[in-house]
Order: sequence, then structure tokens, then C-alpha cells
Amino acid sequence: MSGDYEIIIGLEVHVQLLTNSKLFCGCANKFNPDNPNVQTCPVCLGLPGSLPVMNRHAFDLSVRTALALNCRIAEFTRWDRKQYFYPDLPKAYQISQFDLPFSHSGWLDVRVDDETQTRVRLIRAHLEEDAGKNMHDETGSGAGSRVDLNRTGTPLLEIVSEPDIRSAVEARRYLEELKLLLTYIGVSDCNMQEGSLRCDANVNLHIPQDDGSKLATPIVEIKNMNSFSNVEIAIEYETRRLFAEWQETGARLGDIPKTTRGWDADRGVTFAQRGKEEAADYRYFPDPDLIPVTVTQDEIAGAKSELGELPTARADRFKSQFGLSAYDAKVIIERGPRFADYFDAVVEVCDEPKLAANWTTQEVLRELNDRGIQADEFHITPIVLGTMLQRVRDEKINNAGARKLFTAFLEAEAVAVADVDRLIDDMRLEVVSDTGQIEAVVQEVLAANPGPCADFRAGKQAAIGPLIGQCMKKLGAADPKLVRSTIVNLLTE
Amino acid sequence: MTVSQLLQQMESGATTSEQLVKNCLNRIAAEDETIHAFLYIDSDGALDAARSVDAKRANGRPTGLLAGLPVAVKDNICTRGLPTTCASRMLEPFVPPYDAHIVQQLRAADAVVIGKTNLDEFAMGSSTENSAFGATRNPADTDRSPGGSSGGSAAAVAAGFAPLSIGSDTGGSIRQPAAFCGVVGMKPTYGRVSRYGLVAFASSLDQIGPLANDVDGAARLLQVLAGYDKRDSTSINREVPNFVEGLQVPIEGLRIGIASEHLVEGLSEPIRHRFESTLDELRAAGATVVDVSLPHTKYCVATYYLIAPSEASSNLARYDGVHYGRRTENFDDLIDLYAASRAEGLGPEVKRRIMLGTYALSEGYSDKFYQRALKVRRLIRDDYDTAFANVDVIASPVTPTTAFRIGELVEDPLAMYLNDIYTISANLAGLPAISIPAGTDEAGLPIGFQLTAPAFEEFRLLKAAAMVERQQEVRS
Repeated sequence: MSGDYEIIIGLEVHVQLLTNSKLFCGCANKFNPDNPNVQTCPVCLGLPGSLPVMNRHAFDLSVRTALALNCRIAEFTRWDRKQYFYPDLPKAYQISQFDLPFSHSGWLDVRVDDETQTRVRLIRAHLEEDAGKNMHDETGSGAGSRVDLNRTGTPLLEIVSEPDIRSAVEARRYLEELKLLLTYIGVSDCNMQEGSLRCDANVNLHIPQDDGSKLATPIVEIKNMNSFSNVEIAIEYETRRLFAEWQETGARLGDIPKTTRGWDADRGVTFAQRGKEEAADYRYFPDPDLIPVTVTQDEIAGAKSELGELPTARADRFKSQFGLSAYDAKVIIERGPRFADYFDAVVEVCDEPKLAANWTTQEVLRELNDRGIQADEFHITPIVLGTMLQRVRDEKINNAGARKLFTAFLEAEAVAVADVDRLIDDMRLEVVSDTGQIEAVVQEVLAANPGPCADFRAGKQAAIGPLIGQCMKKLGAADPKLVRSTIVNLLTE
Repeated sequence: MTVSQLLQQMESGATTSEQLVKNCLNRIAAEDETIHAFLYIDSDGALDAARSVDAKRANGRPTGLLAGLPVAVKDNICTRGLPTTCASRMLEPFVPPYDAHIVQQLRAADAVVIGKTNLDEFAMGSSTENSAFGATRNPADTDRSPGGSSGGSAAAVAAGFAPLSIGSDTGGSIRQPAAFCGVVGMKPTYGRVSRYGLVAFASSLDQIGPLANDVDGAARLLQVLAGYDKRDSTSINREVPNFVEGLQVPIEGLRIGIASEHLVEGLSEPIRHRFESTLDELRAAGATVVDVSLPHTKYCVATYYLIAPSEASSNLARYDGVHYGRRTENFDDLIDLYAASRAEGLGPEVKRRIMLGTYALSEGYSDKFYQRALKVRRLIRDDYDTAFANVDVIASPVTPTTAFRIGELVEDPLAMYLNDIYTISANLAGLPAISIPAGTDEAGLPIGFQLTAPAFEEFRLLKAAAMVERQQEVRS
């Protein structure tokens, strides 16, 4: 049997939402591993008598995310308790959503490469509280273990895909696309190292049989992958291992229960894990401490309209409508919607998308980074930059002049649109295109420099350089080629 | 002396809060060794609080509704800096870092928290014998149980250890001990009083309520307890009426419903007799008595004993020896740490209910048990809605018998569970209900009379209860 099999992958992604406070209490929601157990209160510590109250902002963010993922929003949803014992779970249950998730049936389009796009369907996205973090020795003795509950109660969105992913590369691309979308709409920072995005992969193989049917191997869940590239490598590894295992055992789906394997990034292998899943009965039941949540059609419509243009569609528009390169479009979109809005506004004024892209992705982006600010906080507003680029487009000023002008803008505290033309005048940046005026200046310079003129006539081409320089200085700004040809014409007459 | 008399005496300067607290502490010192109503007595804290209320009063500063009155608080309600054990070894070392909402309310009303009262462990029981720290005895007859689970709170009021106390009621835990001890005890509408800081037994049934020597005292205490709290999602944002003013004005043409389903076999003769004669007295006072039907009454106990243990099994899972409370000293691994800590820390009744609830919520059983119980609960609620279309309140006994002897039912959990037969339905339906003393049996043991009202009709309930109370006074 050859290695000609189909890889079936479904991903379960958990993303932490960027809220100020936790999902069911007022504690701060921030990554703070150096100061354990400081972002806690009776509620997230699960102290006797404490009660959860839902953070509506977290819920609204989830709705926003689900809409961006083309999910349907349930008008009625509730909270369920998922019960299991673990030291990082102080109530011994996690408040989650079981049979009535707030959203379901969505999809994410994933571009695998320039030619291929695949649609990954999403089963559901539901909201739940994160657990704390155990830092313990793995010997199981229970001694010396520590628990940090700063993370406990952080809003966590679980996004479950259908098994629509067909390769390890697709899996990585799916995550990249998801990250782009979620960071762009501002609901999560999706940092796998800090754990704000976590991914488990369910993998099995469909192996074609001689009779034309396909044989499905048992499903393996891979955990502990801490980067996008690790997800790709781990799945690649696991598919090879699954095939080898199938060749050895012939086990089919249903013969053995789903197994859990951890990913060891250092050794580049997966290893069998005794998951808490095994034989687990979570005894889900509706949390009697929390009231059901209702969402009206108006609220859904409102959230949808607030979403605006999503990143992939916007990048496509930048390419198709503005003719930007894929690279420029990516740089602008990855910087987020505020930057993309800035770019769009500049184009609106100057109608020169490529010029606008050059200036925003280079000069503007550098300044924003230096100043640590967002595009909409930058004192050179898009209308000012756009007006300047309009002058470049109309050849009133040249690139060198634009650069000088931009430097002047940077030094000013505020720049108004009227300042653009005023500074062009003050700084004598306007390109002189009147040939009579140029000729007059050239004649003046040639008359004052008989030596270099004689050298040039004698065939010393280099002698023209200083002459051009002097002319340019007197003109302020002019097309150097025009100046050069005027000099040549006058000296060879 | 009644609560309103005590308040008058303090207002007039005839006594002080400090003196009241001292009287209570003296009585506790003399008698609580026998009664064992308290698990913790905060003498210093209570005296300090009393003196500061006295100073406030002396300076003419405005004081709260319960200014200077000692209040005993059931030990499953969190009190900052005071132990809150739930009468369990598991929480023996636990001192909450926060006050329950109702404790904040009490302090804001200038009440004086005098101590924490005994209960069945985690409020699971009907006799206070399930306390890990020893049973409470009934002040009416110290060989007998005060009922439970708020047995300590009921006994404290009955013994004169405190004029007011706080209980919690999940299936009758305020009303049954109130009936056994001969005091007034009320369970408000679910959502009327915030549960924030009440250690959960069964979240969808638990409700905090007042115990007092008379209806007026219970009304005054409820006034302080009731009200919306945004920290409890199930608390209802609804205006709280004045429960005290007009309390003694009888309800004209009061329509009292009685359900034949309540007068079932197992109801002892003295209680049936007192129930009927109380109805006669009310008729004489102008009330009409109307038959109503509550056809699902027979399912109440079964429904309750699926829902309450299911929620309890989940609510009590947090007591795992990891974060707070008792942890076993010897364990091999994590699972053993959990198992041994819980085995040592929790008593037999609590374990029984956790096992029952764990089973009822298990995969494959949840539909058959828990989910079905929720459906029956809905039907029980509907029964009441239908009945209240024709009556103002529904009357019933509180308990099938008067107080049983300590030890009498310990070995018979089912008989113990049947003690709740008349009280459970108000919890399942979320309705306010009250137990008012209505005489005694031949042995002098108190008998209670129960009234239930539609949701949020606490004032109607209290006014009707005051009518019963006045008939008792007339009779005696």
C-alpha cells in the first residue's frame, strides 16, 4: 500500500478575548505570569458563597467574532457547568456552553496559496471561562505544585471547525487567516506563546481501498502545540505516524476510542497522553446561578453593520481596485483597521493608490512605530498627506520636495491642509517648469563660470555637474533633466 | 419582648443596644451549652457594634431600621473575618474575606451580628443533627430536635438568645424549624433576597429569609434583607414595598385556598386539628376558605430530591482540599488528595446527596432524572399559578408532626426527607411562604401554620400571617 491517503483535520481553537475584565467578575483580564494570584476575587477564586455575573461586553465581542466568522447567532443561549476536578479549576466546574451555544454554522475561507482557496465550515463558536494555570511537577505526587489563578475566568471563545482541512499547510493557513481576522477586528491578540490562542487538532486518515471505498483510521487529538509552524509540523508528523500505525495494526475508526497525544516540539514527535478526557463524564447541566442570555435581531444587525469590511475582502479590494501588490496590501491590512482607514483616506484625496501605499507603508508607518501611536493619532492627517501627494501627482513638487515637505510636517505640532501650499511657497519647493525662466538662470550661471563652460566644450562631460548644481540652487526646484538639456543646448550652440 | 418593643425601648432610652447584647450574651452563656444554637459567638464584635449604635443614637444621628438589635446569622452565610463553617469539618478553618450581601445590609441597617448559628451540614437536613459540631436542641423540649436545617437560628430566637435571626431555606429549612420551635420563619420569593455570600446548597432553590418572635419582627428584618443586588444574576430588580407600615391592617375578604393534596396520610392528628381550628378562627375573622387543587403535589419530594442533590453535587465539588478548607494530611497523588480530603471533610448526609446528584446528572441518566425533574417542577409551578387565580394565599400545615426526638429519624433518611413534604413546593415554585406559630400539641410542642403567596406578594403574605397571629393572641 502506498502513502496515497487523504488527511482529515478538524481544529478546535480557543482564543482569549480582549476585555478589560474577566467573564464573570470584575478582575482585570491581562497576561501577568510574573505576579501570580493578584488578579483574583471571591468569584474567580470560587470561594464559598460567591456568584458569577456575566460581562456583557465579553458576550458582545463574541457575537462580533462569530458574525465575522459567518456564524448564525442564537437568540437564546445559556450557560452550562462542565464538571471535572483539576487544581487549576477552583469551582471544580467550568462555566461553558453545551447544547445551546450562542453561535453555530459558520465558515472561514482560507487561501492556501495564490491559486487555491478552501472553505472551512465551522460547527460552532461558544463562550466559556478560562481555567487557571498549574505549574507542577509531572510525577503526579501532587507535591510542590503551584496554581496561578490570574487567568481563571478570562473570557475564552472556542471555535470548532468541521473536519474540512486536508493538509498540515491548510491547518496553518487556517490559523493564520483566523488570527488575521480576529486581530483585525480587535477581539483577541491571538498570541500562541502567551496562550491567548490555543489549538488542538483532531486528525485521522482516509485510506483508499482496492474496492474503491475508503477506510477511516481512528482519530487522534494533538495537544500542546505552541506555534502555528508547530501545528503544521506536528500534523505532518502525526499523519506519517498514523499511516505507519495503520500499516502495523490495521485499526479502523471505531475499533479504539479517540486518543490524545501531546506534541514535543524539542524532539519533534507526538507522544501518548493520559488526557483528562478519557472516560470523562462532564455531567453538563444548566448553571442555575446565571440567567439565559437573549440577543435580539436588531442587536445582531447592529453588530453586523459595525463589523465593516473584513480584512481579506479589504486586501482583495486594495489589489483589484488600487492595483497594489499583495505585499503592500498585506502590510497595510496587518497593521489593522485604523491604519487601513488612514490609507483609504489618503487615496481618497490624492487618487494615487500606489504613491499613497509607498508613503504610508514607509514614511508614515516608520513614524507611527517610532512614536508608538495609531494612525488616527498621527498629527499628519490623511487629508494633509493626500494633498501633498496630490501636488506630487500634479508635478507641482517632485519627490525630493515632498520629502522636504514631509520632514517639515513632522517637525510641526499640527499641520493644516492650507499649510501644504504655504510651505511649498515658503520653502521654494515648487518645480520651475517655465523654460524661459530656466534659460535665463542657465545663462546667468554660464556667464559666471567661463572655466567649466570651456572644459565642457573641450569634451570634459563631468564639468556640467557643478553647473547643474548651481542652476538648481538658484531655481529652488526644477526638473534636473530639463536644466541639463538647457545647459547642453546653450553650450553647443 | 417583641422587636418593635425593643426598638421603642432603645429609642426612649429605657435600654441600650449594649444592654440588649449583654442580656443576650448572658442568656447564651447560661443556656447555650444545652441548646447549642451557636457555632460562633462574636461577643467583642457585637459589643463594639452595639456601643457604636448607642453612640449614634445618643448623638441624634440617623440610625438604620434595625438599629441596635442583635441578629444571629446562620453559619452558611459569609461574614468577613468570622468563621463560616456550614457546620462542616470541610470548612472548619474557613474565614471568608468578604461579607454576604445580606450581612452588608444588616450592618447598614445598624443591626448587631451576635454570632453564627448551627445548621445541618451545608444546610442538608431537617434536624440540625447533621452538624459536624453537634446537634442543636429544641428550647421547647431539649430532648427534641429544633428541626433544620436552620435549627440554630430558630432555637436562638425561641430561647431568647437573639430577637432576630437569619436562616436559609432550600426545601423548608427556615419554616420547618420555625414551626418546631414556635417562632415565625419566612422564605421570600426566589430572587427577592440576594444569595451573594450564601454558601450554595441548591442554587435554584436556596433563599435567605428572616426568623423572629412575631410577624412584625420578620417583616422588619425582611425589609432589610430584600432588594436587588447586581452581584446575584438571579436577584430580581423590583421595587421593595414597605413591609411594616399597614402590616396589622387585615386583608378584607381574604380568600384562603386549601389543597386536599396537603391533607394526606402521615399528617398527625394534633396538627390536622390545629390546622382546621386555625382556619375556623380565620373564617370567624372574615376570611373565606376555598378548595384548590395542586395535582402535582405528590411529585414534590421526588422532584426536590433530584434537583437539590444534582445542584449540590456540583456546588460542593469545589471543596476538594486544594484551595481552601480542609486538606487531608496523607495522600499519595492528586486523586487521592481529592478523595481523602472529601472523605474526611464531608459528613454522611452530604456524601449521600452528592452521590445521588452525581448519579442523576451522569451521562445517559440526566435526561431521565434531572431534565425530567425540571419539567415536573414547571408543572408544580403551573399548579400554583392556576390556584392563585382564585385565592389570595394558600394555607397548609408546615410539618406532618411536631418536633421529633433527637436521634429518632437519624437512621431513616426517607422519613427525614418526608418532613419536608409541605414546605418543598414553595421552593420548587419559587414562591414566598411563611410559618406562623398556631398553638401546641398536648405535650406543649409548638405547631406551625403555613401560608404561601404568589411571587413577590410578601406583603400580602405577611399581612395574612399577622391575621393568623392575632387570632392566636385572641385564643390564648
